[in-house]
Amino acid sequence: MRTLTLSLSFFFALGFAQAQQQDNIKGIVDKGGQKPFIAVPDFRATGTTAPGLMAVFNSTVQSDLQSSSLIKFVPKTLYPLRIPQVPADLAAGEAAANARPAPIPGYRLADWAAPPATANWLGMGYGAEDRGLFVVFGYFYNTSPTGTDLQQAQAFGKVYTGSLDQAGAMDAAHHYAADMLAQFGGQSLIGSRIVFVSDRTGAKEIWVMNWDGSDQRQITKYNSISTFPSVSPDGHIVAFTTYATGYPAIQLFSLDSGRKLPFYNQRASMNAFVAFTPDSKQIVFSSTAAGGAAQLYMANADGTGFRRISNSGAIEVEAKINPKTGTDLVDVSGRSGLPQIYKMSIEGTDVDRLSAGTGEATNPAWSPDGSHIAFAWTKGFEPGNYNIFVMDVISRETVQLTANEGRNENPCWAPDGAHIVYASKRGRQSQIWMMNADGTGKHPLTTTGSNEKPVWVNAEK
Amino acid sequence: MMTKQRVTLALLAVMVLGLSAGCGKKIPPPPPAAPAPIPDNTPPNSPKPVVGYFSAEPTTVTVGQPSSLRWSVTDATSVKIDNNIGDVSPNGRRGVYPTATTTYHLTASGPGGTAEADATVTVSSPPPPAPMQNAPQPTIQDILAKQVQDIHFDYDKSEVRGEDQAILQGDASALKTIFQMDANFVVTIEGHCDERGSAEYNLALGDRRAAATKDALISLGVPGDKLKTVSFGKERPLCTEAIEDCYARNRRAHFSAAQ
Repeated sequence: MRTLTLSLSFFFALGFAQAQQQDNIKGIVDKGGQKPFIAVPDFRATGTTAPGLMAVFNSTVQSDLQSSSLIKFVPKTLYPLRIPQVPADLAAGEAAANARPAPIPGYRLADWAAPPATANWLGMGYGAEDRGLFVVFGYFYNTSPTGTDLQQAQAFGKVYTGSLDQAGAMDAAHHYAADMLAQFGGQSLIGSRIVFVSDRTGAKEIWVMNWDGSDQRQITKYNSISTFPSVSPDGHIVAFTTYATGYPAIQLFSLDSGRKLPFYNQRASMNAFVAFTPDSKQIVFSSTAAGGAAQLYMANADGTGFRRISNSGAIEVEAKINPKTGTDLVDVSGRSGLPQIYKMSIEGTDVDRLSAGTGEATNPAWSPDGSHIAFAWTKGFEPGNYNIFVMDVISRETVQLTANEGRNENPCWAPDGAHIVYASKRGRQSQIWMMNADGTGKHPLTTTGSNEKPVWVNAEK
Repeated sequence: MMTKQRVTLALLAVMVLGLSAGCGKKIPPPPPAAPAPIPDNTPPNSPKPVVGYFSAEPTTVTVGQPSSLRWSVTDATSVKIDNNIGDVSPNGRRGVYPTATTTYHLTASGPGGTAEADATVTVSSPPPPAPMQNAPQPTIQDILAKQVQDIHFDYDKSEVRGEDQAILQGDASALKTIFQMDANFVVTIEGHCDERGSAEYNLALGDRRAAATKDALISLGVPGDKLKTVSFGKERPLCTEAIEDCYARNRRAHFSAAQ
């Protein structure tokens, strides 16, 4: 009985924390206000190949919308019976109350604005194959103005083309979903990629995939240990640590050509954990070049012009430079005992502990606007049981994004500031997962082998 | 209680008085007669047993070879030999296969008494095989694998523990032997961690463990230029169970031949 009471109150406490985090995190992603409700019925297609691809298109659109914290996706079971496909299907205004027979609802925007759908916006359209291409006509309507002007209600109507296969259908869907989300300030992730570490070949190698988990490709083939990737903000260079020469040393690869780039490693038992400055021209990393515990050093992006910036006598790893200012950084330091997250200037001055000092806090990652860090913390658990948290760097308030879902580490923000990719170990293997920055919409991006240390690559500008 | 004690003392005093009064008057009675001696049932003419001989032939064997015990006893009703042989006839022989030098003890008993004798079979070890042309000596790899043992560490710590000092000293002398055998040999000290900390922090922690082990060995006289260090963080665990015993095994400095 006593145990029951305790565990009950524990769950109440959890529920409370959950409610709190929703309120707090809102401030990060949409600065208040009611989220719009969007309805997008399944598109259909004509032809021989396109109809089969529509299932991929429809599920991708739904997934993209559901994984956005900017809007609410109206469940398809609540939609009216008649599904408009082209603007000509739509009738203006509301149906006459005395019409006989009563019209089947769906062809008027008001039908979508009314319960049970209660959608503020309607996405509609259809697919086809045209000269060997997958073509989608996608429209987006505001259901609120119930006047007669359908032209005014239309936010956009576009043609999306892709290859006549699954990849083409996914590509068209991502673009259509991004166009809808852009109406609410959503930045598109299309074209952005995720670099990660996978052991699926038997050795840890650096890999890259599209942000939706598709097109996973191996970058390194050292058959050694290659890990700890980071990517230059311009999206051109991946830096990582490899044992290819026997000792942990830094290497750079071009993400454009897939080739190795020159890098000058200092003579040290360990050079690792590269962080780029916002202009991608300089790096901060950890080295044991001076003997003793690893310290932070700054250098040119090719490793030359090497100078020390920390002098704590304790381990200093995982420096991450503020992407907004470029003048301050966070890192993980052992200077107060177990690893904690510290903030300091890029010259190593003004050192200040950010994490609470309890447990172990590691893996800091800046939000694109430099206002928050995501990090892994063992708060309330035994060593090794990390969860993902987000901290407002000014107020130091933290919000927990994962709980009771295995070991969660290495968070990294998407360029849109609204998504976080991370590694979740549930069982023997780790996989790359993605979630909204408020902890909702968690879904895995990898399934093969053990995958870890995801880093988002900005789309090339 | 006090009352009872006083009563007892008074009674004793009366008895003592009474006894001393009686001594002066009575004569003690004569002592009783001694008991008759126990009759001797032994026939007066029974002779003592005699061991004619008790010998082993041969007296020296190698392991697995037999020796023959032979004996002859007279005037005995029972003859026994120890070492699990037991009762035997007065005249006999018995093959034995001792695995070590053994003294056999014969006991003959009869109406006239007992007689004893010993016979010793000396067992010599078989000769060693002829020496090989190249006697196997421990190689450097053998010494490195068997005599240079891992040093273990506490969680998030890189100091060599007091309880590991003896292992460290053993490692130091084994390493010195290795470097005497091959002046060009170089040993790598690998620093490892358990799986709980972050991979990033553990890379730097493993580096500290390897370096601390190297420093401790240098202080014990091992040449530092023969020792390299490398950290594997938590990338090369010995075991992967999520239990403290496994964590403890993984928090180690391990020695290997430098590449």
